[in-house]
Amino acid sequence: MHLSQTEPNVYTLVVKKDCATCCLIEPVIVQLSTQLGDGLRVYVQDDPEFPASINDRIDDTSLEFSYQHNIEVVPTLIRFEGGQETERIFGWDKQQWQVFTAIENLGVDLTDFKPGCGSKTQDPGMAEKLALKFGATNFNTRTVDIDEAEDIMEACFDRGWTDGLPVVPPTPLRVIKMLQSTDRRADEILGNIPPDCVSCSVEKAAINAVMAGCKPEYFPTVLATIEAALIDAFCMHGLLCTTYFSSPVVIINGPISQRIGMNSGVNALGQGNRANATIGRALQLLILNVGGGRPGGIDRATLGNPGKYTFCFAEDESDSEWPSLAMDRGFNRDDSVVSLFAGSGVQPIMDQQSRTPQSLAKSLALSLRAVTHGKVFMQTDAILVISPEHRRVFKEGGWNKAKVREVIIEELQMPGEHLIRGADGIAEGIPVQFKNKKVNKFRSDGFHIVAAGGTAGFFSAIIGGWVASGERGSQMVSNRF
Amino acid sequence: MTTTLLDPTAELQPVARQLNERLSSLVGVTVGLLDISKPRGKEFLDEVESQLTAVGAIVRRYCKPTFTRLAPAELSQQISVECDAVIEGLAD
Repeated sequence: MHLSQTEPNVYTLVVKKDCATCCLIEPVIVQLSTQLGDGLRVYVQDDPEFPASINDRIDDTSLEFSYQHNIEVVPTLIRFEGGQETERIFGWDKQQWQVFTAIENLGVDLTDFKPGCGSKTQDPGMAEKLALKFGATNFNTRTVDIDEAEDIMEACFDRGWTDGLPVVPPTPLRVIKMLQSTDRRADEILGNIPPDCVSCSVEKAAINAVMAGCKPEYFPTVLATIEAALIDAFCMHGLLCTTYFSSPVVIINGPISQRIGMNSGVNALGQGNRANATIGRALQLLILNVGGGRPGGIDRATLGNPGKYTFCFAEDESDSEWPSLAMDRGFNRDDSVVSLFAGSGVQPIMDQQSRTPQSLAKSLALSLRAVTHGKVFMQTDAILVISPEHRRVFKEGGWNKAKVREVIIEELQMPGEHLIRGADGIAEGIPVQFKNKKVNKFRSDGFHIVAAGGTAGFFSAIIGGWVASGERGSQMVSNRF
Repeated sequence: MTTTLLDPTAELQPVARQLNERLSSLVGVTVGLLDISKPRGKEFLDEVESQLTAVGAIVRRYCKPTFTRLAPAELSQQISVECDAVIEGLAD
C-alpha cells in the first residue's frame, strides 16, 4: 500500500484474533471505524474475518505489512501524517488511546489497561522466514535447484558435497538462521581456503556449517575455528595434502564450551555430542567443498584416520588449580579460545596400578615414546589427554601441571645411540649425528596436555601429531573469539 | 516443486552435474553392452559389438531380466567392476 504525501492523518491498527487484548478492544475498533471512516485501516495477522463487527479489514496473514513496519506487539496503533509514521502505541491503555486518537470516550466501558500479545512476526523461526520472503536478503552464492523427482539427500551426495555421511541440505532459510547468529557480514572474506586457495566468505562458511549439522549458536565457534586453520603456522595446505594420517583436531577452551553444551567429560573424544561432532565437521566440509580438498585428489593420505570426519572436543576446566591448554598458551580462563592441532587419531594409555606421581609420569612417558615410532624423536608433536583419575593421582601426590609436564619430558629423554638408524637392528630411527647426544622426544613447544574424560577409568589418551611439525610443518595455533 | 539449495562449493564447476570423463580411446578398453530384454535388442547390440571389436575394444555382454524394471543392483555392480564403459540398448 502506498500512502501519498497529501493524504490526511490515517490510523493503522494491527491485530490478531489469537490475542485476548485484540478481542477485548473489538468495541473500540468499531468505535474508531465509525468515527474515522477511511481514516482507519485494520490489518489482521491471523484470521481475515476478524474483527467480524467491522466491514473493512486488510488481510495481513502473509505478515508483509507487519514485517515491513516492525510490528512487535498486537494491538499496535500507528498514526501516519502525510504518509509518514509519526507515532505508535501498543497494547490497551485507555487513557493513552483516548489522547492518541483525540476521542474522549473511546472504550469508556473497558478496563483501563491490558497489555498486548506478541505479533505473529515474533513467533519462533518466523523472523528468518520473513526476512527471506520480504527482506533485503541477497545471497552472493549461486543457487542449485533440485527437482522434485530427485531425493534431496542423494542430490547432495551426487554433487560431491559430503564426507560420505549425509549432510543437512543447505536451504536459504537454514543459511539465514546460521548467518543471523553472528554480527559479521555475510560477504566478509575469512581468507583463502586450501588447497585450491579459494576465498571464503562468512556466507560460504555458514552454508557448510548448516551441512555439517551445526546449530546457529555454534557458528561463532566455527568461524573462529576456520580462522585458526588459516593461520600460516598451522600449515593447513600441507596437512591436507600429506600422505600421513593427520588432520585438524579442534580443542575448545573457555566459557563458550559450556554455553553451547560441548562435551569434555564421558566419551569426550567420541560420538554423541552435537557441538563436538558438527563444529569439527564444518571445518572438514569447508576444506572439501570450498578448498577442493578431496581424498584421492589433493588429499593423499595413505590411511587417514576417523578424525578426518570430525575431531573436536572441549577441555574439562572444572579444576581451578589445573591450568587449561589455553592458559598454557597465554590466555585467561575466561577467554573463549579455539586451538587447532594437526592430530593423527587416538592412542590409548592404560595405567591402573600407579598411585604415585613418579610411577604415573614414567608410565605416561613410556607410552608417549611410541608416538609415530619408538625410535623417531623430535619430529612429531603430541597432546596428552589426561583423565580425571590420572589427574587425581598427580594432585594427591602434590604435583601441579607444570611439574607433570617437566617430569614427563625428562623421562622421555633418551640417549641417541639407542635411537639412531640401525640401532637395535631397526633401520628406522633418528640421524646418526645424534648418536652421542641425549635426545628429547618432542620439540620444546611440541608437547601439550589437555584435561578431559569421564570420572571413572585410569585411562589417558595420546593424540599424536603430524611428522612435519614446527616451522617445517604444523604448529598448534590458537584463536581467541 | 523444486527445492533451492545454496551451493557450498567454490563454484569452480558448473551447477549442472558433469558427465564422467570421456574415454580418449577404445583400444583395449572393456565396454559392456547391456541388453534390456526388448525384442531385437540382441541384433542391434550384435552390430554394436562388431563395430567396437573392429576398433580394438573388448566387449562383454549383459542382459537385464526385464525391460520393465531397473537393472538389479548385482548386475549394475558387476558391470561397474568389469567394464570401463557401458552402452545400454534403450527403447525400441
